[in-house]
Amino acid sequence: MEHMNVTLKKLKDSFPDSIIDTHSFRGDDTAIVKKEHIVKICEFLRDDDDLLYNFMMDLTAVDYLGREPRFEVVYHFYSLKHNRRVRIKAPVPESNCTIDSIVSLWIGADWFEREVYDLYGIVFKGHPNLKRILLYEGFEGHPLRKDYPVKERQPLIGPKN
Amino acid sequence: MSDLKKTLPTEYMVLNMGPSHPVTHGTVKFLVTLDGETIVDFVVDIGYLHRGFEKMCENSTWEQVFPYTDRLNYVPPMINNVGYALAVEKLLGIDVPERNKYIRVIASELSRISDHLTNVAASGLELGAFTAFLYFVEARELVWDMLESLCGARLTSNYVRIGGLKNDLPEDFKDQTTAVFKRCRELWSDVDKLLTKNRIFIDRVRDVGIMPPDEAIAWGFTGPCLRASGVPYDVRKANPYLVYDRMDFEIPIGEKGDNFDRYLVRMEEIIQSMRIVEQALKEIPSGPINVDMPEYRWQSKDDIYNKIESLIFHFKTVTEGIKPPPGEVYFAVEGTNGELGFYLVSDGRGKPYKCRVRPPCFPLTAAMPRMIKGSLIADVVPTFDMINMIGGECDR
Repeated sequence: MEHMNVTLKKLKDSFPDSIIDTHSFRGDDTAIVKKEHIVKICEFLRDDDDLLYNFMMDLTAVDYLGREPRFEVVYHFYSLKHNRRVRIKAPVPESNCTIDSIVSLWIGADWFEREVYDLYGIVFKGHPNLKRILLYEGFEGHPLRKDYPVKERQPLIGPKN
Repeated sequence: MSDLKKTLPTEYMVLNMGPSHPVTHGTVKFLVTLDGETIVDFVVDIGYLHRGFEKMCENSTWEQVFPYTDRLNYVPPMINNVGYALAVEKLLGIDVPERNKYIRVIASELSRISDHLTNVAASGLELGAFTAFLYFVEARELVWDMLESLCGARLTSNYVRIGGLKNDLPEDFKDQTTAVFKRCRELWSDVDKLLTKNRIFIDRVRDVGIMPPDEAIAWGFTGPCLRASGVPYDVRKANPYLVYDRMDFEIPIGEKGDNFDRYLVRMEEIIQSMRIVEQALKEIPSGPINVDMPEYRWQSKDDIYNKIESLIFHFKTVTEGIKPPPGEVYFAVEGTNGELGFYLVSDGRGKPYKCRVRPPCFPLTAAMPRMIKGSLIADVVPTFDMINMIGGECDR
C-alpha cells in the first residue's frame, strides 16, 4: 500500500495496537478496530485537526453467523471540512455482546444505538436509555440476527399497565 | 395574579399525542409532560410502521429490493430507487449510460419537488392555511401526473433497475414538463404570497424549534433542516453523483435554524429542483438507457426470445438473482430529508447479506425533544411538520 489514505494512515500511526486491519474497497476506506478502544478512536476522529469527522452518519451492525467474533458494529463518519468519509468496524463476540456507547461524543448516536440493541441485541455500555425502539417491550429475540427465522411469530401483547 | 399562583396547586399533566393523531402523518406517539401549556418533557415513541425492511431484503434477490425501497419514504420513492440502484452499481463496479443518468436526475428532482410541495402543503394545512394546502396539492398532482407518465405509478414507482431503467422517457415529456412547471410556478408564487409574509403563519413558525448549527451536526441532521441551521451540506454538491456536477443550481441556507427557515429552504429548493429538471431535459443525450451486461441487466424481450445467451442469463438472474462480488459499500444520495445512505454487504450470493438504510428523518425525529422542550404545546405541530418525519422511512 504505497498510496495510503490520510485517515487510515493517521489512525494506524496513532493507535498501532488498536487497529486490527484496514482496507479500501470501491473507494470506501475502512478500519477494523478493537472494540475496547472505540470511544477513544471516535473521539480522535472527531477532534483531530487533520480528520475532523464531525458527522456520525450511520451506526449499524452486521451478524456474521458462524464466524468468530460473530457481530460487527459499523460506524460511518463524514468530515464536512475535508469532505471525506470513513467506515469504522468493531468486531463484537457473542459471548461478550457489549461495546462502549459513543453517545457522549455524538448525542445523535442515541437512537442509532438503541436500534442496534433492539434488532441485534448488542448492549451499548454507558448508554443513557438503552431500550427497544422499533419493536415493543416484551418482544422476544432480536429479529435481524441471522438465526431468527423470517416467519417467526410473536405473541400479541397488550399495553404494559 | 401572583397571589393566585402561589396558592394554586399545580401539577404536571401527561398527555398522549398519537399514535393516531392528525399531525402525526404516519403513526408516531408523543408522550408530553406539561406544566400548564409549557412542555417539560417530551418522549417520542416510534416503531408503529416497522415492517422489517432489512429482514425482507435479506430474503429477496438484489432486484426484488426495489419495491421495498418505494415504501421507505413513500412521497419521493424515485430517490430511494435511485439511491439503492447506485449503491448496488457501486458494489458491482459498473457505470450506467449517460442518458440513464440524466433520466435518474430528472426523476429524483421531480420526486423532491413533490415531497417539498407535500411538506409545505401539510404544514400550511395544520397551521390553518387551507388555501395554500389546496394550491400545493394541485401542483403536486401535476408533478405526480408526470411521474405517472414516466413509470406508470404515482407513488409506488419501482422504476429504476440495477444498471438501467424500466423504460425510457415518454415522447411528449418535455412539453408536458414545460406546461406543468409553468402552472407550478404560478401556484408557487401564490403560496409564497399567502404564507411567506403572512403574520399568522410567521407567528407560529418563527423562533420555534431552533437548532444551532453545531448541535444540528451532533444530532446527525442533514438535508433541509441542517441547511436551515446554516450548514451548507448537500450530497449533490459535496459528493456529486450522476450528473449533478454539470447542473447549475443553488443550495439555499437558513440563518437561525427555526421552523421558518426550514420552510424557506424547502420553498427555494422547489424552484432549484425545477431548474435542474429543465437543464437536464435540455442537455439529455440520446442513446441507450441500460448497460449492455446481460448478467446484471436483462436484455430486451426480443433478445431473450432469440438469443440463447440472453435467455440463459435471464433465467439465471431471475431465479438466482445477480451476484455481486463479496464486499461492502456505503453510498449516499441527497434524499428529500437529508442524506439517504445505503450500506450493502454482499457475500457473493444472489441476496443481500445486509441492506441497511440510513434514514435521514430518524435523527431528526430523535432531536424533537431537544427542539421542543420549554416551548408551548401548540409548537409541537409546526416543529413536527417541518422535520417532515415519514413513518415508512423512520421505522422501516
